[in-house]
Amino acid sequence: MSKLIEVSNVSKAFGGVIANNDISISVPEGKITGLIGPNGSGKTTLFNSIVGYHLIDSGSIKFKGAEISKKKVQQIARLGMLRTFQQTRIYSLMNCVDNMLISVPHRNAAFFDMFKPYPAELLEKAEDLLEFVGLYEKRKLRAGDLSFGQQKLLEFAMALMNEPEVLLLDEPTAGINPTLINGLIDRLKRANTEFGITLFVIEHNMRVIMNMADTIYCLAHGELLAEGAPSEIQNDQRVIDAYLGAH
Amino acid sequence: MTAVTDDNATEAGTGRRRLMSRNDSFIFAGLVLFGILGPILFPNYTFQIAVLWLMVLFALTWDIMGGQMGYNSLGNIFFFGAGMYICAVVQVGLFTDVGAYTSVSGQGDFRFTPDQYYIGVAVGLVAAAIGSSLLAVALGWIVFGLRGPYFAIGTLGMALAAGELVGAWGWVGGGSGIPMPVYPGSGDGKSYFFYVLCFVAAIATFMFLKWLYSTRFGLAINAIRDDEDKAQAMGIHTLRHKTVAWAVSAFFLGIAGGLFGNMTGFIEPLEVAFPTVTFGIFMVAMALLGGKGTIWGPVLGAILFHFVKEATWTYFLGWQWVTLGAIIILNIIYFQQGIVGWLQEKYPGWFGIEVDARAPAKAPSKGPAQ
Repeated sequence: MSKLIEVSNVSKAFGGVIANNDISISVPEGKITGLIGPNGSGKTTLFNSIVGYHLIDSGSIKFKGAEISKKKVQQIARLGMLRTFQQTRIYSLMNCVDNMLISVPHRNAAFFDMFKPYPAELLEKAEDLLEFVGLYEKRKLRAGDLSFGQQKLLEFAMALMNEPEVLLLDEPTAGINPTLINGLIDRLKRANTEFGITLFVIEHNMRVIMNMADTIYCLAHGELLAEGAPSEIQNDQRVIDAYLGAH
Repeated sequence: MTAVTDDNATEAGTGRRRLMSRNDSFIFAGLVLFGILGPILFPNYTFQIAVLWLMVLFALTWDIMGGQMGYNSLGNIFFFGAGMYICAVVQVGLFTDVGAYTSVSGQGDFRFTPDQYYIGVAVGLVAAAIGSSLLAVALGWIVFGLRGPYFAIGTLGMALAAGELVGAWGWVGGGSGIPMPVYPGSGDGKSYFFYVLCFVAAIATFMFLKWLYSTRFGLAINAIRDDEDKAQAMGIHTLRHKTVAWAVSAFFLGIAGGLFGNMTGFIEPLEVAFPTVTFGIFMVAMALLGGKGTIWGPVLGAILFHFVKEATWTYFLGWQWVTLGAIIILNIIYFQQGIVGWLQEKYPGWFGIEVDARAPAKAPSKGPAQ
């Protein structure tokens, strides 16, 4: 099983605050990998380091075997690694279909491609994916007029439109109505199995992550605390202590 | 309000958007008709109507960045002035020595023949368009690192600096400017000649932008306006799009500058070429008045603004700046979305925008967070 993302000995500090200290993890291709940890444990910092949002202080980050720790956000996105945001980000003044259309992959975009119209297949694909996340009825509404939960679904659909190889999801279920969470878990799993997208998920909701992930990493105070299958993590005394604050 | 189903916005088929809806075509035809009949019906106002077309061009080109892309430039007038000077230097330089010509303020022995005049204008305008675009590419590389108010002030500084620098550059006449080659014909002939060019330039700008906004480029710059960080995270070539947007702006502004320089007959850096506080601010005010981020807003805003401006200059001399100031203040405080923006919220169906009938009306969107 090949490692799609390989993070080795990564450290990142902001001033005196060590957000990540000597972290090594790997995300295997085709699987769902989870990342948990109490608030402020450095999960989002690690995500930001991987997608090139900021430079790391030391260590190495590889995507499909190639070093990416010096690359910029757009370059990494075009390699096929995409992230969603904790604070959902969509294009609020554009309608849902336009949000989808502009999210097509830009991997091989030549300079003059920007002056092309969108072919009908793409519109169809956009509508199919909106159907997949349950937003077809809302497709012509302005994205900013959707509820927060619907915006999260739209952001997820936009990520699928981009056909990434790996998708980094930062708290996909945060702020979503509990009755909708099961539907979302189901769709995330289908994205993994049907679309073949590797997932790397930050999640606070233990029920969700234990249900979804094949492997889970747990961070605390910027350090890697534990890794293992969901059942192992659930019973790991260090993890329980970290969450109960007995650290 | 009921949800409106209208397929104006999204069309199956080859194009994402129809280039022009029926309503658009009617208004556009009316505009063209006015352009053709205007100087015939009101021959005394040919110059003013020609400037009106330049105003339309100003507002449209400002809106590419300010409205569609969310980058409020206060220095777009730079490309107007650059185009004006490039055009002048080419017109003179093709046939005689620029330094010698400017050193005697065009009073030397040299006279342009009619052929030289027309060739000079044609080549000069092309050079102005291309030269201004190239300047936009070079400057964009520097200032596109700035966002929000920093971008606005950075570009303003750029235009102000350009005026001063050109004023100190002896080869192009410095502060005393360049007298343009004299039109080989009657005063009326000159008015009509440049009227037609201004009219064509404005219509060409409109049609080009109408097409441009229907391509992927239109959606991409809208995405940059709504959330540039997200656009980057999705792999959009943001710098590429921003640079092209500014270069397109500069292309048409360069032509406008070349035309205006020839119409006034004499160019100098501060009042004519780089008038930051008049034309430079007007282009922003007109786009905001009509409704930024729409195709018709800048056109409507420019027409209204120009009429009010000319009327106050004629009938309330001494109060003209007060009137314009009052319009801008009312616009900014009570009417931020502008006229077409307000219509879009009131009658979204006209524009093919669908709203959720169940959702309570939201507060008017103020555009991107700055």
